[in-house]
Amino acid sequence: MVEQIDLSQVNWARAQFALTAMYHWIFVPLTLGLSFLVAFFESIYVRTANEEWKRLTKFWMTLFGINFAIGVATGIILEFEFGTNWSNYSWMVGDIFGAPLAVEGIFAFFLEATFFAVMFFGWNRVSKGFHLFSTWMVAIGSNLSALWILVANGWMQFPVGMKFNPDTARFEMHNFWDILFSPVAISKFTHATSSGFLLASLFVVGVSSWYLLQERHQTMARRSIIVASVFGLLSAAYVGFTGDEAAYSVAQRQPMKLAAMEGLFDGQTNAPLVAAGLINSAKKPGDNQQPCGMEIKIPGLLSLLANREIGSFVPGINDLVFGNKEHNIMGAVERIEKGRIAVELLRTYKEARKAGNTALAETTLKDFQDFADHLGYGYLRAPAEAVPPVGITFYAFHIMVITGAIFPLVFLLFLYFQARGTLDYQRWLQVLGLFCIPLGYISSQAGWVLAEVGRQPWAIQGLLPVTVANTRLSTGAVQTTFFVFLGLFTLLMIAEISIMLKQINIGPEEN
Amino acid sequence: MIGNLDYSTLQAIWWIIASLVGSLFLFLTFVQGGQTLLFTVPRGDEEKALIINSLGRKWELTFTTLVLFGGALFAAFPKFYATSFGGAYWVWMLILFTFIIQAVSYEYRKKPNNFLGAATYESFLFINGSVGILLIGAAVGTFFTGSSFSLNEYNQVTWQTPYRGLEAARNFFNLSLGLFLVFNARALGAMYLVNNIDHKPLTDRCRQSCWKSFLWSLPFLLFVLVNLLFMPGHAVNPDTGEIFLQNGKYLRNLFGNPVTLLLLLLGLVLVIYGVVLTRFKAKNCGIWYAGIGTVLVGLAVFFLAGFNNTAFYPSTFDPQSSLTIFNASSSHYTLTAMTYVALTVPFVLAYIAYVWKQMDSRKLSMAELQNESPDEMY
Ligand code: HDD
Ligand code: HEM
Ligand code: HEM
Repeated sequence: MVEQIDLSQVNWARAQFALTAMYHWIFVPLTLGLSFLVAFFESIYVRTANEEWKRLTKFWMTLFGINFAIGVATGIILEFEFGTNWSNYSWMVGDIFGAPLAVEGIFAFFLEATFFAVMFFGWNRVSKGFHLFSTWMVAIGSNLSALWILVANGWMQFPVGMKFNPDTARFEMHNFWDILFSPVAISKFTHATSSGFLLASLFVVGVSSWYLLQERHQTMARRSIIVASVFGLLSAAYVGFTGDEAAYSVAQRQPMKLAAMEGLFDGQTNAPLVAAGLINSAKKPGDNQQPCGMEIKIPGLLSLLANREIGSFVPGINDLVFGNKEHNIMGAVERIEKGRIAVELLRTYKEARKAGNTALAETTLKDFQDFADHLGYGYLRAPAEAVPPVGITFYAFHIMVITGAIFPLVFLLFLYFQARGTLDYQRWLQVLGLFCIPLGYISSQAGWVLAEVGRQPWAIQGLLPVTVANTRLSTGAVQTTFFVFLGLFTLLMIAEISIMLKQINIGPEEN
Repeated sequence: MIGNLDYSTLQAIWWIIASLVGSLFLFLTFVQGGQTLLFTVPRGDEEKALIINSLGRKWELTFTTLVLFGGALFAAFPKFYATSFGGAYWVWMLILFTFIIQAVSYEYRKKPNNFLGAATYESFLFINGSVGILLIGAAVGTFFTGSSFSLNEYNQVTWQTPYRGLEAARNFFNLSLGLFLVFNARALGAMYLVNNIDHKPLTDRCRQSCWKSFLWSLPFLLFVLVNLLFMPGHAVNPDTGEIFLQNGKYLRNLFGNPVTLLLLLLGLVLVIYGVVLTRFKAKNCGIWYAGIGTVLVGLAVFFLAGFNNTAFYPSTFDPQSSLTIFNASSSHYTLTAMTYVALTVPFVLAYIAYVWKQMDSRKLSMAELQNESPDEMY
């Protein structure tokens, strides 16, 4: 399918997707969580009819709006980037992948767009009840949009509900419900949205801590902290729970990603969990260097978490590359051989059809079916290509989990001192709260880096390597757009941060 | 019921749905049109603020419709999505660029410490309304004039010019279509503001401006229409799928399909009627006539391009690579599933209409602008 691969072009296209997606994800999680927090605040206002709560609601809503605008700006490019930079991907899986994107537009974006305007400009134009309803609709709409895009992403990690059509050389949808209710889609959705709730709670707690440190707007800050800490604590617990679910799912369906996450080269029964450590970047599959140094290990835990079974076998990178007869694992080496046969048979089949040789076409097709599962591997040039960048995946995972363990404690401390009525005197805690804002963002970005880098070299796990998914463009064209987006998004983000800081400095309007 | 529809019916249904979304987008470009009025129509900052606040409540709707147009094409005609976006790279990138800068401009323009200054955000809005719409028009023009690309047996696109789509803007037909859309959007924008704002000096100027934009749009419209009637088009042989150049193809399509002809004529009449109501009858409801008229004309244009065995995305370089609604669509299963999803669209339209009725029951006035707290205004 690919005669000559232009690697630098593919890599620039990957860099561009990573850049734009990571920018988008700076703003998205805050939208996901803050929309709910604002809805909580407004609900309290409507229940209590206390104007203080209305001012508080409006303040957070202003910050929400500033963040939302740039979220929208960075989103539109992603929607079309599949076509512009991954056009072969779009053609090969458009049947399956396009559907959730279209559904997202119909079900989610219109909900957001319509009720957003009421939420901001409707205070004096619609009834109190309808305004509150609109605020809730914005929250539900943004999280619905997360659902559909994560269904799409979940499908890339674990392709289900489709079959390969050899005549068109593309994948066609076979069962919509399998795609929607895919366990990976569910675990992505729950984990990514709840991590957004967590991040937004950290944001509200952090900004409020700053007011406490400044001794301004203290009543409003304490009120915000209570609501956000409760929401944050619940979300953090749920993030941990769904994160465990995500890790189990990775272990079952993307064992190579799991091995990279843990820097595990030689598979083990009763495998230990590496809680922290340093990756040896010179280590290659099959050599005898140490994969990891200075590690802290928890015996047996990885086996338990990965397979939910004490003492079970967890395959390492070497097993997945070279195969492991004892545990019945076919390695990339063997799969590449079979994949190449599949590629050849597909070519013969197409030529036979073109030449009108139906008999040959039929027998080739039969043979092809035996190798079809390995087709994607046929496009890898060397077994080592089947291994994702171990260092990035490992560190991203560990950064996320270690920070993830801190956050619930922070919320607990805030609630504890608030209950004792001494929160105003805990300067150290207020500083910690402020410090947790950047930590939350780092954690959240790390999650996506793990999910996406760990999937390499596949655009669609096991089926379509990134080198086949791309558009035939010149490297220069992709480089140009990369730098244009880098410049533009950076400029807009500077504007956003500057406006945000100013609004925080101004604070809620005084009565 | 939908499960029993045959493949070609579903393909036709999805061409109609995509056309409808695209045409609604053209109507909603009144937002973009309104943005181009910012530098000429208002006198003073307060009138400018009225315009921005009036448009600012609608811009997301237009934006989202564009996103949905992309999503619907991806799901229903993935080969078009892959070929056009991947092939005509620079046009689409530029168009998207103008929408990225639009998205932050309303929110950030008046905020303190906005880093770039209000004038920059206003020029972003102007670029989006002018360059953005012009390029969209040029891109739609290639549905008729074609592009020079080829697809290999695995449907990977190879574009034949280094301009990757920008060459479309060098073609006079495409350019005229783009300019027509720009002026039409301006006229629609003026009509929308007349309808939405309660401030006579400003709306009077909008009425004038609407008329002027309409007059400007006419020569381009005529040029496009006359050309369309006489230009050759890429026809498909329904039996073999072979594609060939046919003289007067679009003329045949127009008269071969009375619905299209009717849509076109009715649409044009409605647009003119809306403009006349706004300019000469001091009415505020012109936007509805002209808006619906725009949708109908849009439908006619898309139908001309896609129906009657026509290639809607022709390749001038290799006619056999041209895309038709039959060879570019997704599978029978996907189209069926998506048709079920599309059944919810009337519900979506209904809540949008309901919310806007609630929101727009009172016009935006200077008094409201001055009394509102700053975080409720753009
Ligand atoms: C988990 C959540 C999530 C993820 C993974 C993504 N998005 Fe997003 N997106 C949202 C959650 C979201 C949101 C919360 O709904 C946004 C962010 C801010 C906003 O205004 O809406 C949004 C906005 C947004 C918009 C503007 C919508 C509008 O018209 O209002 C588009 C076109 C996209 N996104 C498209 C994408 C694509 C193609 C993605 C995948 C590569 C993607 N998003 C990842
Ligand atoms: C918004 C959160 C997301 C972030 C931060 C993110 C991050 C990344 C990163 C870092 C890469 C580069 C991986 C590499 O090449 O090494 C990447 C690639 C990619 N991601 Fe994501 N991603 C996000 C969401 C998604 C979603 C929701 C989808 C699909 C629905 C998706 C589809 C892709 C594709 C197609 C590529 C390019 C091909 C590839 O390199 O695999 N991403 N993303
Ligand atoms: C507390 C323990 C946590 C565990 C065990 C955990 C586990 C995981 C795993 C295994 C993945 C990869 C899923 C995949 O590749 O398919 C993942 C992804 C991700 N994580 Fe976590 N995580 C934790 C905490 C957090 C925290 C605190 C945040 C952010 C505030 C976060 C944000 C994300 C995001 C945004 C993704 C990408 C989306 C996804 O793949 O679902 N995680 N997490």
